[in-house]
Amino acid sequence: MTLTLDAPQLVDTRPLLLARHVSKTYGNVQALNDVSATVYPGEVLGIVGESGSGKSTFLRCLNLEETPDSGSYTLDLPDVGGNLFDLDRYARRMLCATRIGIVYQNPHLGLLMKHSSSGNVAERLLVAGERRFHTLRDKARDALDASEFPLDRMDAPPIELSGGMQQRVQLAKAIALEPALLLLDEPTTGLDVSVQALVLDTLKRLQQERRITMVIVSHDLGVIRTLADRVMVMRGGRVVEEGLADQIFQDPQAAYTQQLVHAKL
Amino acid sequence: MTRVLDVRGLSKGFTMHHLERHMAAFQNISFTLDAGRFLLLKGQNGAGKSSLLRTLYRSYLAGSGEILFHSAHGVIDLARAADVDVTLLRQTEIGFVTQFLTARPRVSAEALVAEPLRRAGRPLDDALAEARHWLKTFGVKPDLWAAYPTTFSGGEQQKVNLARALILPQRLLLLDEPTASLDAGARAALVQRLAELKAGGTAMIGVFHHPGDVAQLIDTEIDLTPDDKLHEDQPHVAL
Repeated sequence: MTLTLDAPQLVDTRPLLLARHVSKTYGNVQALNDVSATVYPGEVLGIVGESGSGKSTFLRCLNLEETPDSGSYTLDLPDVGGNLFDLDRYARRMLCATRIGIVYQNPHLGLLMKHSSSGNVAERLLVAGERRFHTLRDKARDALDASEFPLDRMDAPPIELSGGMQQRVQLAKAIALEPALLLLDEPTTGLDVSVQALVLDTLKRLQQERRITMVIVSHDLGVIRTLADRVMVMRGGRVVEEGLADQIFQDPQAAYTQQLVHAKL
Repeated sequence: MTRVLDVRGLSKGFTMHHLERHMAAFQNISFTLDAGRFLLLKGQNGAGKSSLLRTLYRSYLAGSGEILFHSAHGVIDLARAADVDVTLLRQTEIGFVTQFLTARPRVSAEALVAEPLRRAGRPLDDALAEARHWLKTFGVKPDLWAAYPTTFSGGEQQKVNLARALILPQRLLLLDEPTASLDAGARAALVQRLAELKAGGTAMIGVFHHPGDVAQLIDTEIDLTPDDKLHEDQPHVAL
């Protein structure tokens, strides 16, 4: 009952991220079924869906932690060509360490909990080839500061920090090398409401000031509404619907999206 | 006159899956709008005035018809334009003033108002200074400028909303009852700002509960109430 949309006419930049027809099965479970996504430079794509919708699996594919059964994934960056799913382990690791940042829901996945917070951030810089101690420390401090981490605690190990602080260390680690793409997997889930607001505000500010391209996965529609320019709705491994964030929330087309939006408190 | 908008045969309806029904919001609307002109949308409650504004802004997807917007980059059909193109136009050429402020946690009133200027590349101090000027113009007390609008009264929030929405001149401005919940002083400031923007060439489409507030700005009107109240007799079409 609605018109189909044209290809972009005014925006002449190419998409930064193009994922096409990505499918993945685990045993007889189809986790991803022909999922495609396009993200333009500076854009924030939000992915919503219930547990088991495939949204986190898709994000792990974008972080090259998973290899799908079929599909392609390209990033429009200098020296980065071809289908990234075809890269070997070493090339994937280098690409992720230098061009893609990720913040996991569980800080244990993203951080060495007993090393210092500054060391966790510096590790990312070491992988990229930085060896000078003072530069490492300065850059780690800058990244922690941009993530609004209190610098007097920068040498404390994450295990001694609160959940909100741990997320800030993850964020600092993710942005230390100014990544072309920042992936966020339920970054505020499990945090209490006031800390959630702080983390959201930090993300929004980073997005506005640095124009970092982001893909954020969350089951929390409020988080997506605050951060995302565009929203992709997933269910059962498929994309149900996608559109501008306000359109998805105000004029959802699919029955499932209507249920999801109307179920929000 | 420079043409800004050509709307042709525009219709919008909502499919409500849980009711298994399709409801028409408005049907077959056509009009044109030139730079510096003000179009008032009239009609009874539920005639589709706000829905039409939201469809023009692409918060709603059009069912059929064309919304030809004459942008600085050329003519584009907003009914079918790609999301990225719409995002670009919203940042540079099309503004929307609603009755409601979308406040964000832990963002001050002045920072919220300054955001459109920051996005346009204005330095922080300069953007904040202009934001304060508009907050003052709309009657927000200086004590509140650095506070978070989530805690403000409805009227104060609306003033912040107006300052933010009107800080940058646009090619097309959509106004959805912007005078609701405003005191007389803020209403006068709003009308003055709209007159300024209009004189500068901004084309405007507005829905007003009390059109008398903006009487001197109105150039044309469209009444969306169906002639024979068709919608009352058959508002729902079975799927």
